[in-house]
Amino acid sequence: MSEQVEHLISKEYAAGFHTAIESETLPPGLNEDVVRFISAKKDEPEWMLDWRLQAFRAWQEMESPDWAKVKYPPVDFQSISYYSAPKSMDERPQSLDEVDPELLATYEKLGIPLHEQAVLAGVAMDVVFDSVSVVTTFREKLLEAGVIFCSISEAIEKYPELIKKYLGSVVPQKDNYFAALNSAVFSDGSFVFIPKGVRCPMELSTYFRINEQNTGQFERTLIVAEEGSHVSYLEGCTAPMRDENQLHAAVVELVACDNAEIKYSTVQNWYPGDAEGKGGIYNFVTKRGVCHESAKISWTQVETGSAITWKYPSCILRGDNSVGEFYSVALTNNLQQADTGTKMIHIGKNTRSTIIAKGISAGRSDSSYRGLVRMNPGADGARNFTQCDSLLIGDRCGAHTFPYIESKNPSAVIEHEATTSKVSDDQMFLCAQRGLDPEKAVSMIVNGFCREVFKELPMEFAVEAGKLLEVSLEGSVG
Amino acid sequence: MLRINNLHASVEDKEILKGLSLEIKPGEVHAIMGPNGAGKSTLGNVLSGRDGYEVSSGTVEFKGANLFDLAVEERAREGVFLAFQYPVEIPGVSNMEFLKVSVDTVRKHKGLPALSSVEFMKLARTTSQKVKLDQAFLKRGVNEGFSGGEKKRNEILQMMLLEPSLCILDETDSGLDIDALQTVADGVNAMRNKDRSFIVVTHYQRLLDYIVPDYVHVLADGKIVKSGDKSLAKELEAKGYGWLEGGVA
Repeated sequence: MSEQVEHLISKEYAAGFHTAIESETLPPGLNEDVVRFISAKKDEPEWMLDWRLQAFRAWQEMESPDWAKVKYPPVDFQSISYYSAPKSMDERPQSLDEVDPELLATYEKLGIPLHEQAVLAGVAMDVVFDSVSVVTTFREKLLEAGVIFCSISEAIEKYPELIKKYLGSVVPQKDNYFAALNSAVFSDGSFVFIPKGVRCPMELSTYFRINEQNTGQFERTLIVAEEGSHVSYLEGCTAPMRDENQLHAAVVELVACDNAEIKYSTVQNWYPGDAEGKGGIYNFVTKRGVCHESAKISWTQVETGSAITWKYPSCILRGDNSVGEFYSVALTNNLQQADTGTKMIHIGKNTRSTIIAKGISAGRSDSSYRGLVRMNPGADGARNFTQCDSLLIGDRCGAHTFPYIESKNPSAVIEHEATTSKVSDDQMFLCAQRGLDPEKAVSMIVNGFCREVFKELPMEFAVEAGKLLEVSLEGSVG
Repeated sequence: MLRINNLHASVEDKEILKGLSLEIKPGEVHAIMGPNGAGKSTLGNVLSGRDGYEVSSGTVEFKGANLFDLAVEERAREGVFLAFQYPVEIPGVSNMEFLKVSVDTVRKHKGLPALSSVEFMKLARTTSQKVKLDQAFLKRGVNEGFSGGEKKRNEILQMMLLEPSLCILDETDSGLDIDALQTVADGVNAMRNKDRSFIVVTHYQRLLDYIVPDYVHVLADGKIVKSGDKSLAKELEAKGYGWLEGGVA
């Protein structure tokens, strides 16, 4: 089949696109052939192609959502290229000297070691660097425990039954506009499978998945934790990530079987654009997890990057006694816009959810919390606690809270607390009077404001997140 | 140390200080007393550089340089310390962290080596014992949920750690019980030496029983209307301020 498709595609594109095919990059545009091309490039089985095509056909019938409090010019999906092969060594910067000095300055501030800077900046390296050996030992250890951690492409090939069973089981292809687009054209991503009763021996981090290139734009992640298992997953890194693709639409699906626990931590630091908001990434993400009986899913996110963030990591609390948590810090500066929050859908009895959302707005940015808490008729004794705090820095930014509460069960209890505050002149004066310069003072006050969320992050991530806020807030006082 | 000459300052276009002059030499303790609204707190705020206080004329020399050339944080690093009348809370920022950053910054400015975390924690613990502040307060947010007395002890703790050269205590005694007052005074007395100067702003003579000043000044209507030694404070306690204002203003 794939040969046929290959043939078909080369024929189709022969007229206009032959050079592009040679360089393994598709010209801009999206149609069924593009979907077929991507699938063929990855040697995918037919069922996978069908799955993608279903998604694509659904997407064509859908419309881009317009309810979020973000403004951006309409995205021309026909002007985007949906496949490009990893850059060859020759095309990549040959050393750190060729990398944007501004980017390096930021790495420096974050205290990132030189060899990691090279990896992050995509420098071509023939020499095997330290972390490769780390990765090897890492993989061996996981294998011993029976944990599968690989790219989603590899999983489609090696574990088709698991993929067939779980891919799209939490976020169906037609779930929403961006999820449908992702389902049709996803480039790559991660697959994690923790077998029954296993406690994953280490924190899994996308950082270790270094063999993959170009997974960023339409990333697809699937994590399955079987009965009684436990895993902590870290996504992203604090270093600013540049990407030539402006539009990002990722999908993350989590499945927590009975008594399983998944902790998913994200630090999102995509390029936010310059001070005028030019060139920043649009980040439209669908993240959702389903909890079976007595299972727990905990989302922790620190969002500082992207020009536009549209993201609502959610929990479907299907099983009785299951627990959902959402801890979030969203910081916007300059002209950034963030509309982020969560959905907690209580279906099972005695389900519990906690939402702690901290929004920080500086510059001329706009930050919104949008959250849904729904208690279904069967959710006897369900409880939710929500706390949304907004902190404003300066007088040209905005903070908004849109809580949606739907309760169809009289025994359910929902609590919602919200505050909005400013970094006060008195606090700034106290800090200055104790010798702190204004930027240090603001970052300290902001870090204090975020403390409840940071303490949910794995230790080293928490420290980095603090530094990251400091760097992201640069120039917000003055 | 400090030479204030004919200082005029206003808040929201209202003139509060109207030609204040004062000279403080190293090692001296000056008490500033006076009726409500005389400008006592304004003096501390102007010297430390708080926003909203406009200096219209006059000069202030600090260690021989023009104080007004320095930003708030630069004055602090040079050794101007203001113990606040109403210390503000900074939720979520641990007191220990705040103190460490502050001490690091000031030590760096003075060219002193940075203290390691362990050294600093030791220092902070022993110093907090001196001001009778339980160590638990080092872990809590800055002033977060502290009582009035605990906040003031925390101010003295900061002062002791930063070792400033000019300490301005803005009604530090207000709202303190006798024990806390004694502790605050002990802290100040322990810090007195030939190089360090103090401005103690207070309403009450009581504090001056514990911190014995070299000079007492009466500030009324934006000016110093009378200066004397510690006996002046006793006299004020007995007679009030009325007799002075009438005669001078």
